[in-house]
Amino acid sequence: MKMRNPQLNENGELQHLLTIEGLPREVLTHILDTASSFVGVTEREVKKVPLLRGKSVFNLFFENSTRTRTTFEIAAKRLSADVINLNINTSSTNKGETLLDTVDNLTAMHADMFVVRHAQSGAAHLIAQHVPKHVHVINAGDGRHAHPTQGLLDAYTIRHYKKDFTALSVAIVGDVLHSRVARSLIHALTTLGTPDLRVIGPQTLLPTGVEKLGVRVFHDMNAGLRDVDVVVMLRLQNERMRGPLLPSAQEYFKYYGLTPEKLALAKPDAIVMHPGPMNRGVEIDSAVADGEQAVILPQVTFGIAVRMAVMSILAGN
Amino acid sequence: MITTLPEAEALYAKLLEQLRPRVRPETAMVGIYTGGVWLAERLHADLDLRVPLGAIDISFYRDDFHQSGLKQDIKRSHIPFEVNDRHILLVDDVLYTGRTVRGAMNELFDYGRPASIELVGLVDRGGRGLPTSAQYVGETTEGPAGPMLVLDRDASGRLSLRYDDERAQ
Repeated sequence: MKMRNPQLNENGELQHLLTIEGLPREVLTHILDTASSFVGVTEREVKKVPLLRGKSVFNLFFENSTRTRTTFEIAAKRLSADVINLNINTSSTNKGETLLDTVDNLTAMHADMFVVRHAQSGAAHLIAQHVPKHVHVINAGDGRHAHPTQGLLDAYTIRHYKKDFTALSVAIVGDVLHSRVARSLIHALTTLGTPDLRVIGPQTLLPTGVEKLGVRVFHDMNAGLRDVDVVVMLRLQNERMRGPLLPSAQEYFKYYGLTPEKLALAKPDAIVMHPGPMNRGVEIDSAVADGEQAVILPQVTFGIAVRMAVMSILAGN
Repeated sequence: MITTLPEAEALYAKLLEQLRPRVRPETAMVGIYTGGVWLAERLHADLDLRVPLGAIDISFYRDDFHQSGLKQDIKRSHIPFEVNDRHILLVDDVLYTGRTVRGAMNELFDYGRPASIELVGLVDRGGRGLPTSAQYVGETTEGPAGPMLVLDRDASGRLSLRYDDERAQ
């Protein structure tokens, strides 16, 4: 017997959003289409709709985040939910409470939805398997594994500017090895039918066997960026620069930093994306980050509508 | 099953003649997706209204969201005029329980505070569960209670009505 996707309920509807991997194209398209309708809501006088009135959304962040936590909070508030933010670093787990005990206590406070970020891969899965049926879980980043709403907002941004996935070349550049953002975006774009997906980075920062995900591997920006429609830059985490994987930030910028000269190899109307936070002068030159081809701030704005779509679809299933 | 379905194009003509003496240059019009927008597009053109046409999808305001969830293919609502102090004609195809109209009014008020809203419907099939009534209707008809009365539009833009037995309302 085929095992059921743990994110879907018995009717094949999305119950939790834990990873993009394995989700059917129709589910992704439904989320992107719904997000598009929510963009309209965010442009009017009263930026709220009553869908989640009376529901409680708990932002459970076991790892730091500004952008993701804030946009989830705004999204929930625009759906009229009550939002409770918990930064667990400074809370009960320091006193020895287990993850599931924390979740049980919050469920006893009538939580309807958990938005979870955790340094351990699989944390959101664990919670999803544990909570009662009416409670929904959204993975807001777990270890190196997945960051599905980021992958979806990236896909939304690409669709907004390029309309159709089925004729696109997309390059993802940098530290793919440690990036849950890259993994989620690769799954999203392959499911949505992107024919040419490339990853570019030094051998030490690309996972072995990454080709199996349906991407082409490049170690040279000059070859990898040629004629692409979309360039997605990944953040180089500071701790990697001091480790054995890389010589120095300067050296990295020389080979893999996105400068106007390197960007000129892509199509003239190529867009540049970055999930943030950016390291200017490490993975991206300020002239590119602030340039006309950058859509990095629209990504943040679209992220609110995409998170509203995910929350409302889950709450309705 | 009922055999005498109202003829949509004839009802449209009746509706147009009711509205013609009542609209003013500053009258605004908003259609409710999907059938209400088809109707509003025709009325807006035939009445030569100057304020650009608005369209709303009330999916985010439905009172049965927690039973039915979000439907597929939600349209983006678009109100291309200032709602505050405006006289608005709200257009739907088939008027029934009044729940859609309630959702539409709630949504409109999130754009501003209109001076007035009047309701326009091609068919009023009775069965109201909420205190709403239409100011302009093509025809009031008491059809069968079960199946949904649906407006269709063919490639030439011609409107027609049918009962959909699959979709109980």
